[in-house]
Order: sequence, then structure tokens, then C-alpha cells
Amino acid sequence: MATDTIDHSVDHDHDHDGTIQSDWSGGKEPWRASYGKLMMWYFLVSDAFTFAGFLIAYGTLRVLSPTWPVPDFVFQTAPFNNLGLSHDVPLPLIFVTFMSFLLIISSVTMVRAVQEGHRENQSGVAFWMFLTVLGGAGFLGCQAWEWSNLIGVENMTITRNPFGTHVDHGVYLNADGSESNEVFKPGMSYLIHKAHASGHDAHGDDHGAHGDDHAGDHGDDHGHHPAYSAKAGDHGGYVTDENGFVKRKFKVTEGQNKGLIGTEEFGPKAFGALFFFITGFHGFHVFSGVVFLLIILLNVMSGLYVKRKNGYEMVEKIGLYWHFVDLVWVFVFLVFYLL
Amino acid sequence: MGHSYEESKKLVVKGLWLLAIITLIEVGVSLLGKGHIIPGLEDNNIVFIVCALVIIVLSLYKAYFIIYEFMHMAYEAKGLARSVIMPAGLLIWAIIAFFQEGSAWKANREYVKDRNMEGVEMVKQQPAVKSDTKHSGGH
Repeated sequence: MATDTIDHSVDHDHDHDGTIQSDWSGGKEPWRASYGKLMMWYFLVSDAFTFAGFLIAYGTLRVLSPTWPVPDFVFQTAPFNNLGLSHDVPLPLIFVTFMSFLLIISSVTMVRAVQEGHRENQSGVAFWMFLTVLGGAGFLGCQAWEWSNLIGVENMTITRNPFGTHVDHGVYLNADGSESNEVFKPGMSYLIHKAHASGHDAHGDDHGAHGDDHAGDHGDDHGHHPAYSAKAGDHGGYVTDENGFVKRKFKVTEGQNKGLIGTEEFGPKAFGALFFFITGFHGFHVFSGVVFLLIILLNVMSGLYVKRKNGYEMVEKIGLYWHFVDLVWVFVFLVFYLL
Repeated sequence: MGHSYEESKKLVVKGLWLLAIITLIEVGVSLLGKGHIIPGLEDNNIVFIVCALVIIVLSLYKAYFIIYEFMHMAYEAKGLARSVIMPAGLLIWAIIAFFQEGSAWKANREYVKDRNMEGVEMVKQQPAVKSDTKHSGGH
């Protein structure tokens, strides 16, 4: 019965003698959906196209770039990494999985709020909406940490991507030009650190958390390396550029470039721009969703929707929006973190 | 809504478990394909492709579940569902077209070679490398 076509539903309509209503003025709703709900659906369709454009741009740029930082290396930090666990423990994708759970749970609580709305249960709607707000706010807090870590500690901006990727087999060099025991292979990513003028200051300890590569081949001595010199120039085992970024030297050990000495370089800068624009655009949706949820929560508590007697349709509409935010995250999570 | 209140509550619990477990499987498969669970597996191209396909299919299923159950699309009129889902079909062509474009760019770039070499400035191996390493100024 839920899948009736328009024609059938008109037949069931005893208030009108079979005439098809062309708009919402005749008391018969097209597709049995209110104007507001239908327009929310179409807004979401247009929004989906915006996000799809962003994500397809990400895919295209990733495909056309010679190298691309691997997500399990870029996203291997977590706040609890700095709290309890050792700095040398990489936690690939763990924190962002936690963020996904927050959104999934808040989506579930939103479904409960809508269900209580259908029963005209005012306190139930308010309770489940409040939990939804908490989930959304928690997600935003996590994203704030993720961003501040990437910007403040790892020095990523929309025009600079410190995550580079090796294209050859090779080995890093020691200060005297001899080969170290840190070998790498094509596809391995590295993070270019910024040298600190004062040696090991409060931020100096981030090397340990990110310095080791994702296969753990050469991570052991990174937490204890001597401070890099911030002075621009060649320092034997590494080159410090004019902005204080430390680019380590390595020797290629296989392939057509075998025997050549190279230095680490920044990764494709599109990565930083895409990351901040796409997760920022999604985060902005979460933020505005939380604001709208709060406004509607206040309206619920004030009893406004009790008077309307329409099964808390406004809660249903913000519910559609909130599920869409979760839906978009499914694809942001897929494209940025999983693949 | 096509469901009694009790049935609806059950559906919510089912949805929570479904989405949570699928997400965990996705993360597990992703880490497997990148060699975190079995080291060395990341070098196998077929493993990478299979893992990527599994993750994409699971994500599409998550999207389907959210739209059809949480957003109640399954209980809306057919016309509404069509008018929302069918435009999204255009995106399939967008994906094909843009990835084709991206591959063409890459092929062209590999032909020219300069972009590939830009990332790694090479100098002949010498005992002490002088600072004649030119910087490409970021890019």
C-alpha cells in the first residue's frame, strides 16, 4: 500500500471526485508528501551533486597525480595517542572510525526522535533529539582536533601538503652520506617535518607519532633523533629549505634511477586543498545541522509542534537533513580514508 | 508508516548494528589491503583492487540502507523515489568521464616525464652532496 501510484491514490480519495490535484492547494498532496518534505528531498539532491562534484574531483586529481599520500599513513594520529599510548604507536584510521560511529549513532537517535514524533510524544522527541545534538557536537569536536593536528602539528595547509610519497626503492642516508638502515619502497608515504629553532620544544615530540612509516620498518629511532637544524641549507643527511622544512636525503637502490641521491619533496598540494574543502564543507553541514536541531529542539520543548498536530513533521524534515549528513560521510569516509 | 511502533524500534536497533558492523568490516578490509594486518599484502595489486571493490560495495549498501530505511524512502510514493534517485544516476557518467579525463592527463604527463621527475631532484652520487640541489619552490 505504500507503493501506490498517484492514480490509485486519487481513486481512494473520497473528498474529491477523481480530479488530479496539481499542487498543494487542494488538500491532496502529490506523492503523499508535504511541500516541505518534498522540497527537502530536492534540496538534498542538489546538495548531493555538490558533494559528488567535490569527491569526483578528488578521484580525478588522485588518478592524474604521479603520487598520492596513502590515507592510512596520513590519518594515523589520535588524541589518545598523545594521552596514554606511546607516541610510536600508529593508529591508522582508528580515530576517524570513532568519528564515523558518532555520526551513525546520532543518525540512529534521530530515527528514534522521528518515531516518537509520529506518536506525538513530546518528551520522547526532545530526549532523542538532544542525544542527536550531542552526537553531532562530538563529531565536530573530533574534526576540530583532526584539523588542528593537521594544521598546527603536521603543517598541512590548502596550498602545502607535507605528505610525500616515494616512487622508488631506496634507503635514507646518514649525516656522513653513508646508508642508514631505513629502507623504503615505492608507494610509502613520509611526512616532512618542520625544524624547530629551539630544538626539542613542546611540539618537537610529534616526530615520534608520525615519523615512522606505515610498515614500521624504520620507526624505532625516530622518537629520539637529534633536533634538526632550522637553518636553511645542506646539513649532510638532510636539507632544510627556506621555510624550515626538513627534507631528508635518500639513495635510490633499484630501477632506472639506481644510485642517484634524492631529497624528500612535498606531495601534490591538491591533497591539502581537497581535504580541507571537502571535510570542511561536510563539517559545515554538520554544524548547521546541529544549529537547526537545536532550534527545532527548542520548538519541541516549547510545545509548538503539539499545536500543529502533524506528527512533528518539522522533526521529520530535519531528520532527512541529518541522515543526509551521515550519508555524505559514508562517501567522504570511503573516498578519503578507506581507499 | 508501514510499521508498528515496536517493529520500528527493532528496525532502529538492527540499523545501528548493521551500520556499525559494516563500518568495522570496511576499516578491516581497508587495513588488510594496505598491509597492516598481513605485512606485504599491499604490494599485491589484485588484493588492493578486490579490497577496494569490497569497500565500495559495502559503502553503497550503507548508503542504500540509510536512504531506504532511515530516510524512509522505501515507504514513499514511487514517483518521489524515482525523482530523487534517477538524477543521481547521472553521476555514474560523471565518474566515468572524469576518471577517463584523469587517466588521459596522467598518461600524457608520464609521456612528458617532467612532472614525475619534479618530485625527486636527482644529482649524481658524490661523497658529499653540495647544495646544488635546486628547489622547485614547492611546485
